[in-house]
Amino acid sequence: MRDILNAKLGRRGVLGAGLAGASMLAMPSVLRAQDKSLKVGVYGGFFKDSFDKNIFPDFTKATGIAIESVAEPTGEAWLVQLEQAAKAGAAPADVSMMSQVAMLKGQSTNLWAPLDAAKLPNSKNLIDHFVNKYPDGKIAGIGAVSWYITLVTNTQVYKEAPTSWAALWDKANADKLGLLALVSNSFLLEVTAKTYLGGTKALDTDEGILKALEKLAEVKPNVRLWYRDEAQFEQALKSGEIPMGQYYHDVTGLAASQGSPVRSTFPKEGGIQDSGCWALSRASKKTEEAHTFINYMCQPAIQATLSRKVGTSPTVKRDLLDLTAAEFASVSSDIEPIIPRYDLYQTKSDFLNQKWTEMIAG
Amino acid sequence: MRREPPQRLADYGPLFFPAGMLTVFFVVPFATMIAVSFFQREQGGFYTPAFVFDNYARFISLFFGKVLGFSLFLAVAVAIACVLIGIPFTYLLSRSARKIQIVWLVVLLSILSLSEVMIGFAWSTLFSRTAGITNLFVWLGLMAQAQALTPSFGAVMTAMTYQAFPYTVLVLYPALVRLDPTLTEAARTLGASPVKAFFTVVVPALRNTILATLIMVFIFALGSYLLPQLLGRPQHWTLSVLITDQAIYQSNMPFAAAMAVFLVLVSLALVGLALYAGQQRQAK
Repeated sequence: MRDILNAKLGRRGVLGAGLAGASMLAMPSVLRAQDKSLKVGVYGGFFKDSFDKNIFPDFTKATGIAIESVAEPTGEAWLVQLEQAAKAGAAPADVSMMSQVAMLKGQSTNLWAPLDAAKLPNSKNLIDHFVNKYPDGKIAGIGAVSWYITLVTNTQVYKEAPTSWAALWDKANADKLGLLALVSNSFLLEVTAKTYLGGTKALDTDEGILKALEKLAEVKPNVRLWYRDEAQFEQALKSGEIPMGQYYHDVTGLAASQGSPVRSTFPKEGGIQDSGCWALSRASKKTEEAHTFINYMCQPAIQATLSRKVGTSPTVKRDLLDLTAAEFASVSSDIEPIIPRYDLYQTKSDFLNQKWTEMIAG
Repeated sequence: MRREPPQRLADYGPLFFPAGMLTVFFVVPFATMIAVSFFQREQGGFYTPAFVFDNYARFISLFFGKVLGFSLFLAVAVAIACVLIGIPFTYLLSRSARKIQIVWLVVLLSILSLSEVMIGFAWSTLFSRTAGITNLFVWLGLMAQAQALTPSFGAVMTAMTYQAFPYTVLVLYPALVRLDPTLTEAARTLGASPVKAFFTVVVPALRNTILATLIMVFIFALGSYLLPQLLGRPQHWTLSVLITDQAIYQSNMPFAAAMAVFLVLVSLALVGLALYAGQQRQAK
């Protein structure tokens, strides 16, 4: 049982290993009828189920390429598997949805086959930072989905919504916060830099990072829970036990729509925008199909469907979307987001982790 | 019937299966872990086979020393708490009627079926401000206002003691049942009060059992990483929590392995010391 919790109970976690099989059984006729096919890795559980139901069948209908979806674990386990398989010339999935840090780590071993922009005409729809490039400018990955981590509050405890991340530092909120426990998933250094140090560029140097950590250490008396397990915080937020913190915008919205007294606020400094990329393993032989798939996913209409059905924030520009204001607000915001400094989690991960752990546990 | 010492290879046959299992499921994984602990960590990547001491060097610092110290302290505290509550409880249990004994043992055994996750969530609810036991105290007029009892050291201790308690009783129970009741009766006849008889006769007679129980609960508690996380503040996180962080979230297997090896060595040394001390005293 320890191992199950260990393996990450997260929302994007692997709940769907069994469902992978079940959904494959549901469409064997489609698979047999097509001679072209593509294996696509998607985060197991809610994500994969939603894609299997809302996205992949239409894609097959439109292009004649059958999709075999593969449930992939979050974290870096999938990266390790892809890497080892590629060394042996195999690809457990042709295209996979990868986190930004995993994208960078894969780049360091040339795991990702460079994508051809000419075959991805729809990629011009994307917001620029969703095109992931190798240092030499070749495209390593294309933004698949994004999501926000925002400032969340219990509406019964806080009648007024907070407006700034500075609320985390407010002395009035002593022992009331729930924050993510790890430097690499809370992105609180970026929040601190944006709120107090003039932007995430302040983290370029080690001194800047230490300064941000020092400022962040001031929130410690306010933090009741540093959580790894999302369910623990979500429960406490709903009951008002821990009435403020950082959490996922879409899940909080879903909870509010189901009657829980919670709200998600985009602070004036911006919500934290995290995202996943589509990337092609260099061992894959389905280069053509992969480009067709990624190009298809970059259409504004598909991104709008994802926002409506999966609750993710679109990776294409706002003005191309037919989302209503309310639909857009439920998944995103016009306030400029805080974009995590993924590069730091690759080049300075041990330093950051050490200083962070000393800061919160020391 | 007299037992012959084994003569031929085939006589050792019954040993092969457990020896094989021990090799496959303990020796090989543990050796792999030791090997990995010397590998070279590659930041932003994974690790490459090598023979370096970097991972151990990083561990030897005041910060990790404090975490290790706290982990050992917590495990010892849980072991002592379990034994302090366990001995009088089991003693009374072994003196009660058979039916009552069975009910208690079934209840205790059923605690073992609960996972650490459930125990953690149950206690965090019981210790919460909104739904916890302090509301009951307010209702009884003992407290003015409901308050949260978690996260705190007390909450971690309570949940860990709760989790280890069934094991404590299960180890103590056979020894206490087999304890000759005439010993205490003799003490009573000679004028000792029940409490005095308990401390001067029962406890010394159980010395080895108590030592074994302490060691078992200590080892059991040392591996706990979920309860400190769910019920404690960051300063109550054990070394096991940090090992998990390194292995799962930082994909720094070499450092995680080095910390784990260190933890195993330190706990083996402590157990060895306890056993040695126990033998010395017996020899006197």
